[in-house]
Amino acid sequence: MSAATKAIEAGHIWTFPGGIHPPERKELSNQSAIRQLPLAPHYHVPVKQHSGAPGDLLVQVGDKVKAGQALTQVGVNNGLPVHAPTSGTVTAIGAGIIAHPSGLADTIITITADGDDSATTLAPIADYTAVSRAELLERIKQAGIAGLGGAGFPTAQKLALQRPLDYLIINGVECEPYISADDRLMREHAQTIIDGTEILLHLAACEKALIAIEANKPEAISAFEALLHEHPKLALRVVPVKYPSGGEKQLIQLLTGRQVPSRGLPIDVGLVMQNVGTAYAVAQAVVQGKPLIERVVTVTGENVEQPGNYWVRLGTPVDYLLEQCGFKPEPEQRVIMGGPMMGFTLADLSVPVVKITNCILVPSSQELAPAQDEMACIRCGACADVCPAQLLPQQMVWLAKAKDYDGLEKQNLFDCIECGACAYVCPSEIPLVHYYRKAKAEIRNIAREKAKAEVARERFEARQERLEREKEERLERHRKAAEARKKAQAEAVEKGGDNPQDAVQAAIARAKARKAAQAAAAADKKTEGDDA
Amino acid sequence: MTFKIAASPHAHQRRTTQQVMRWVYVALIPGVLLQTYFFGVGVYIQLALALLTAWVAEGLAMRLRGRPIGHAWQDHTAIVTAVLLAISIPALAPWWIIVIGTAFSIIVVKHVYGGVGQNLFNPAMAGYVLLLVSFPVQMTSWPVPNELAQLQVTISDTAQLIFSGFTNSGYNLEQLRMGVDGVTMATPLDSLRNDLNHQLTLTEALNKPIFGGLAGIGWAWINIAFLLGGLVLIKQKIISWHIPGGMLVGLLVPAAVYWMFNPDQAITPMLHALSGATMLGAFFIATDPVTAATSNKGRWVFGLFIGFLVFVIRTWGGYPDAVAFAVLLANMTVPVIDKYTQPVAYGHGGRS
Repeated sequence: MSAATKAIEAGHIWTFPGGIHPPERKELSNQSAIRQLPLAPHYHVPVKQHSGAPGDLLVQVGDKVKAGQALTQVGVNNGLPVHAPTSGTVTAIGAGIIAHPSGLADTIITITADGDDSATTLAPIADYTAVSRAELLERIKQAGIAGLGGAGFPTAQKLALQRPLDYLIINGVECEPYISADDRLMREHAQTIIDGTEILLHLAACEKALIAIEANKPEAISAFEALLHEHPKLALRVVPVKYPSGGEKQLIQLLTGRQVPSRGLPIDVGLVMQNVGTAYAVAQAVVQGKPLIERVVTVTGENVEQPGNYWVRLGTPVDYLLEQCGFKPEPEQRVIMGGPMMGFTLADLSVPVVKITNCILVPSSQELAPAQDEMACIRCGACADVCPAQLLPQQMVWLAKAKDYDGLEKQNLFDCIECGACAYVCPSEIPLVHYYRKAKAEIRNIAREKAKAEVARERFEARQERLEREKEERLERHRKAAEARKKAQAEAVEKGGDNPQDAVQAAIARAKARKAAQAAAAADKKTEGDDA
Repeated sequence: MTFKIAASPHAHQRRTTQQVMRWVYVALIPGVLLQTYFFGVGVYIQLALALLTAWVAEGLAMRLRGRPIGHAWQDHTAIVTAVLLAISIPALAPWWIIVIGTAFSIIVVKHVYGGVGQNLFNPAMAGYVLLLVSFPVQMTSWPVPNELAQLQVTISDTAQLIFSGFTNSGYNLEQLRMGVDGVTMATPLDSLRNDLNHQLTLTEALNKPIFGGLAGIGWAWINIAFLLGGLVLIKQKIISWHIPGGMLVGLLVPAAVYWMFNPDQAITPMLHALSGATMLGAFFIATDPVTAATSNKGRWVFGLFIGFLVFVIRTWGGYPDAVAFAVLLANMTVPVIDKYTQPVAYGHGGRS
């Protein structure tokens, strides 16, 4: 065992550069148990709630569905299914606004609830060790499980990577201020999360899981401590409170001292990370046969009367959710999906809660003051001091403003995780992350345009080549035909047939004679005319 | 109902540029008070003149550039420039010295380059160098520390001297600068430099009334006060320790080595540390973020370079003190330092 591995086993916690300590404000929402939300009259289920292609539709308008019934299937695109959140009727399928910063529309299946909430489940798998790996992966896929931590990567796809693993990391850090959904889930359902972790370990053929929790969640930590002695493959790691210690790359650095290579994946350094919510969903899908139709959502901020955590069916419109929690909007209210550091604002509250929605934050303008005017950068370097990726944010913002994309690549723009620590500390209130996102989008666009232009160029060249080739072939064909004709003639003459050349000579002679006759006639006429 | 759209992060630390600048000039207060104690209320008059000039110059420049005037006064950077320049010049210098210097700092050094954050050179130090090169006599006529002065200067005398050149009783600055021994008194560094150049030994050179206690009378205490103010800034995370640390190491290590080999012909490290503008330069001038390197490694290199230049110029150069020249020379190298000290980003093979 190497020294580094020994240190990991011993529970050493490394550190990562930078980071910030924003006010946590988790006590607003983490004081009471997770509550059930009453059934909504309508649910809007987007067909795409994960990263990757959507599944193929299985239902039509007018179909009756039960809770947990698949609305889409894996299909040709290898998408991830979505399921009906409750029983009722499919009343519409069409474009609607989804939970995305762009505010763009995507296909949404609208279900009008019938109030029975009758459910259908998949067959429970009592002993997951008795079924094949492929069957388990298929179950996780059919249950529609995507990473619940934020990125929404299909869980089965992540687990299907057959690479040697040192550790499975279960992320219960939840470092973003205000959010306590994972905290409450860990306090109340530690056993299910552990069961899910065991299943994930089995699937990943991995010997050890590290469950990481931030030190500001003592109840969650003790909930796990009480149970973990029966699970030798699982170990608890308490990480110090610092944002963004729950970021995938930062947590890997904290627990193992390793760094995920630039543009690589954790599996490149022998690690896989799953969120605690994902582990819970996996246990539910395998042991109970329950597909992913609900998740814990933190509803918080000073402008709701009952902040807390709720079991929210996927597809629940945000306005319904907020209404149930006593939403008191102020003028110019911001409604943030996600936390105050990385969440995005919603312009329209009809958007539904999806698999990756962990928080709806409705802050008052006192607690989270709206951004001030951007002032000039004084190069104070506070941003560089807090950057967990060791980038130079102030240099990048100069380059982004100057649209120097080569320079940005040199400054490793794409290693920015958009955690927002730089913009948080900036004394000039420069929206740094906003500039980076824009620059990233522009660089991606340029790359896409370039790829398109490349394809167009190749096609043009191929066409030119084909035309040239066809022309040559045609000429060649003509040449061969002429040769064949000549040859045939020569052979015919040899055999004693008429020489076509003679016929030609005769025709020429005839034509000449006719011309001479015409010329003579014309001369006669002219003479006559002169005489007259 | 429509809802407001904003880019993440939605949370901001409430420390604005204005607050950063306010900390800087608050931390200068102990040093300024001591400077006033030793060199008289002329310091306050210079400060008032500098602030007024900075105020007008800033507004004028913003107006000419067609920018909102409010923004410029709001960030308090002009105040810091004005204060730094005012305490860098002799307390009894004529009024037009500080007015020319401050106007040059704000208008030419800052705004001509594009305003806050865009200037290549430290505004206060560029202003100082302009004055030193153009008006060497006025800029080197430091008053005698109160304890050694033959004549006591009242507040009205000070004002008269600054605005007209003569006190109420008709003395001019040159006469006031006579020490108890009737010799015009130079600053400690100036005096040392002259004496060492005239082949005196250090012991002989230090045998003058201006030297007492740790280093020069007054100067040592002022330096200590700036050191304390600087430590407060580090504690408050307004500046990082890398630039002042680098500058002091860059100055004192070569100075100590040189002194060990030339024990009686070189300025001692203690004198280097506590005289001239050493501490003011290390904690308040070199740390101007706009004109300094930005990564921690870069700041360290930048600081070392300034310190080393100060040592070289004080030891072999043509001027007794060197902070302004060293800072400006180092400002020029910042883009190169930044280029070669870029930290290794996460996932690029660095060690954690």
